[in-house]
Amino acid sequence: MNMGFKLNALTRSLWVYHLSTGSCNNCDIEILDCLTPRYDLERFGITLVGSPKHADVLLVTGNMTLKNIPRVKKVYESMAKPGVVIAVGTCALGHGIFKGSYICPQCVDEVLPVNLYIPGCPPKPEAILAGVVKLIKHLREKKT
Amino acid sequence: MNALFSYLVFPGFLFTAGIGCVASWLDRKVTARVQWRVGPPFFQPVFDLAKLMVKETVIPRGCVRTLFLGAPLFGLAAVTLVSTLIWKILLNPETAFAGDLIVILYLLMIPGLSVIIGGFSSRNPIASLGASREMKLMLADELPFILAVSVPIIQAKGSISLGFILGYQETYGMILGTWSGALAFIAAILAMQAKLALVPFDMAEAETELMGGVMVEYSGPPLAVFKLTRIMMLFTLPMLLVALFMGGVRFSGFGILWSVLKFALLLVLVTLIRNTNPRLRIDQAVRFLWGPVAGIAAVAVVLAILGL
Ligand code: SF4
Repeated sequence: MNMGFKLNALTRSLWVYHLSTGSCNNCDIEILDCLTPRYDLERFGITLVGSPKHADVLLVTGNMTLKNIPRVKKVYESMAKPGVVIAVGTCALGHGIFKGSYICPQCVDEVLPVNLYIPGCPPKPEAILAGVVKLIKHLREKKT
Repeated sequence: MNALFSYLVFPGFLFTAGIGCVASWLDRKVTARVQWRVGPPFFQPVFDLAKLMVKETVIPRGCVRTLFLGAPLFGLAAVTLVSTLIWKILLNPETAFAGDLIVILYLLMIPGLSVIIGGFSSRNPIASLGASREMKLMLADELPFILAVSVPIIQAKGSISLGFILGYQETYGMILGTWSGALAFIAAILAMQAKLALVPFDMAEAETELMGGVMVEYSGPPLAVFKLTRIMMLFTLPMLLVALFMGGVRFSGFGILWSVLKFALLLVLVTLIRNTNPRLRIDQAVRFLWGPVAGIAAVAVVLAILGL
């Protein structure tokens, strides 16, 4: 089966595994906000799942701490492909307020192939939604 | 040839899977409306299954390959067979044979068994924990379910045939209309909730504490088969209750509407129970099912023997 069809099927039902690599937990709360009645991500078929094996999207928040790097790699490897990686929050993009800290030598995109960056500290739910919609559009265009 | 057609297309696999997807969508939509959300689009269950079919299958190191990959198929084959049996009898009660209800009850256990086998064979401690919970839950829900099912049998003069029970309800009215029938129906709905592994009885795959429990190691097509089995059970079990307690289905005039309404009513009831209850611990669930629920079912059996 060709890659385009797979990606198209993927965009219609994205199952998200939420991985916090040492965030201050504020980003995580904003992500949960997206599932509440006000924003309701299930409209696009997006749900949170409990196991990385079920996931299509690895959603990473927080600045990656030293201890977490091998674990993050492991989780990414156990995710069934094809899958995408989304980095949420300034911490995950660069280091945000933790810049220069001895405990976080690498950014998320130096370890994982990130497909979508959502900046903000924390990003608003609207920003996360806008980012997800952009990602879906991008994946659909890739198919043709 | 004919048997193959009825197993694979109508009223077997394709038909059950199709209606099951509609039922699953209804379940999710009603859940969303209860929570004041918009809910998923109509084809969402189909999209989910299609997506899972094209994903990669990860096989954990050191698991029993044949069991790990075979277990979902056992469950799917069993639930397809059950649905075919029930629908053949609903469409034409003459095809019933003596003891078909026992066969149906047996086959209904196999999806649960397949989940247990899959969980244990995946060699993951979390999955084993989930599988052991599923096993206890099965022991717990089987007692009230069988007690409740024996009420229609007693009322229909001791005939263990679904076809005969349907014929009996044709002449004497729904079994739900009697005191014993109503009580047994309540017990059967609660046991059905446990068999469908929906909240409050979803501790075997508790997403928040066990990360998907028994299915934690499954991905791609085998996971799709498990999900499909669940979806088909969501159609088959309420249909069995409709046949046993609510007089089956009709296919003429308003009968069709009435039949659909019966099924939809049961489904919405299940969804509402699932949305208004927290998850029980496994010991609480066993106590609940063996205590009050089995008690209600036992009272119903006594009433049925007294002829009420
Ligand atoms: S980006 Fe801001 S809100 Fe998000 S984890 Fe970092 S510090 Fe917290």
